[in-house]
Amino acid sequence: MPYFVQQLINGLTLGAMYGLIAIGYSMVYGIIGMINFAHGEIYMIGAFLTVICFSLLGMVGVTWVPLSLVMVLLVAMACTAAYGWTVERIAYRPLRGSFRLAPLISAIGMSIFLQNYVQLTQGATNKALPPVVIGGFVFGDASGFTITISYIQIFMILLTVVLMIGFSYLIASTPLGRAQRACQQDLVMAGLCGVNVDRTISLTFVMGAALAAVAGMMATLYYGVIDFYIGFVAGVKAFTAAVLGGIGSIPGAMLGGLALGLVEAFWSGYFATGYKDVAAFGILVLVLIFLPTGLLGKPEVEKV
Amino acid sequence: MLQLAGVHSHYGKIEALRGVSIEVAQGEIVTIIGANGAGKSTLLMTISGRPKASAGEIRFDGQRLNGLEPYDIVGKGIAQAPEGRRIFPSMSVLENLQMGAVPTGGRYFAEDVEKVFQRFPRLRERQNQRGGTLSGGEQQMLCIGRALMARPRLLLLDEPSLGLAPLLVKQIFDAIVEINQEQGLTILLVEQNAYQALKIAHRGYVLATGHVVMQGTGAELLANPEIRAAYLEGGH
Repeated sequence: MPYFVQQLINGLTLGAMYGLIAIGYSMVYGIIGMINFAHGEIYMIGAFLTVICFSLLGMVGVTWVPLSLVMVLLVAMACTAAYGWTVERIAYRPLRGSFRLAPLISAIGMSIFLQNYVQLTQGATNKALPPVVIGGFVFGDASGFTITISYIQIFMILLTVVLMIGFSYLIASTPLGRAQRACQQDLVMAGLCGVNVDRTISLTFVMGAALAAVAGMMATLYYGVIDFYIGFVAGVKAFTAAVLGGIGSIPGAMLGGLALGLVEAFWSGYFATGYKDVAAFGILVLVLIFLPTGLLGKPEVEKV
Repeated sequence: MLQLAGVHSHYGKIEALRGVSIEVAQGEIVTIIGANGAGKSTLLMTISGRPKASAGEIRFDGQRLNGLEPYDIVGKGIAQAPEGRRIFPSMSVLENLQMGAVPTGGRYFAEDVEKVFQRFPRLRERQNQRGGTLSGGEQQMLCIGRALMARPRLLLLDEPSLGLAPLLVKQIFDAIVEINQEQGLTILLVEQNAYQALKIAHRGYVLATGHVVMQGTGAELLANPEIRAAYLEGGH
């Protein structure tokens, strides 16, 4: 039982990260119907910004952990948001209205470009960050097995919950969120209603990128080691999560992320760590075959 | 108020409008009738800026509209209740109306929504229901109500009677006349139901293959034997 609880906590932590990235895929797909394959790189850039920011803060002597966490979080979110905006502007907007495959190819190109850009500017070696948040709660057990919940895991889960609440409010109850939902349901009609569609799409990319940055920061703090290639696997996993939850649905993305994180954690815990990606992508295949609309997705029905 | 001069427009690769010139004066109901594929809906969409006119000029109160984006055009006071109604299906009736109020920034929302509910009491009963679950007639009311929320000076109505039972058609047309007479709102109405449309319109244009082929007052067009033969026989 303690082993189970431990895997549950590990899975939730992992799932929180996947979910945060998956939201970006799902929102963009919901509005413009494309898979933004460069989204994983945005997460990777968020991770690099985290390392850079912590180093800079260390140099100027900011060592109080809560303050540095908040500062790094804000800087990483702001910078990756700028990246997200720029990517949309350069690589996708000029292709709007062309054939469906064009932005997809452009996205793959953008993904390769961003990987190489980071590799060139930051070097191809691993970047390590010394643990910033240390320690945790340890619960003993009579049978000798202990459950460890590290502070960083608690931080990650709490931050994700806070972000999800804020984000759900924004989508459900603000004019911007309403405009986004309108664009998702009918792009043309949203324009006729007076919504600046291009700006709304830009903001969607910005919001998705900022959430991916949070995930990037969490990954850096959690694993301690990053490289320019982490965006690929994380991106594909988060994409899987988005499809699992029902692409286009934001709660679905979060749910899919959690489900995927849990599957990976339990698979690693009870079977073989080496095959955890097989489990994750096996799920993608099964979902696509048996549940093409995902857990919370709606089938596309045209009402005449 | 609205002038189109030699407007061309493409729907995909097809040139749907080939030099259309029409005029709408303040306070009028002007109708555009024509067969399927004559370019009626493209005409309204071109006025709204999507697609943009490829040639010719569109002026509203003397201002050129060519090249403006749809959200600019609705901001200038031209709202559209488009073909197929295009209700946001997963939003409540109230949210659909909130979307209509985007151009005014929602400043007059409470006041305007009350007016819409008074005109279409069914919408008040259904205000928390999702748009996609409404009946065709209710969707049409919502579609017109949503356009009114923008506080437009010109209302573009595309096929409001499409697919509705005769009793509902009458209700909708009555509402259009009321909106025109009580609020003095100028209306450009596209219809396949030529008889009903010409009956309430001050003036009308007949569109065929992207050209205006005939124009006149509503009564003149209704009396015209060619129109009767082409658009009205067995129509109503």
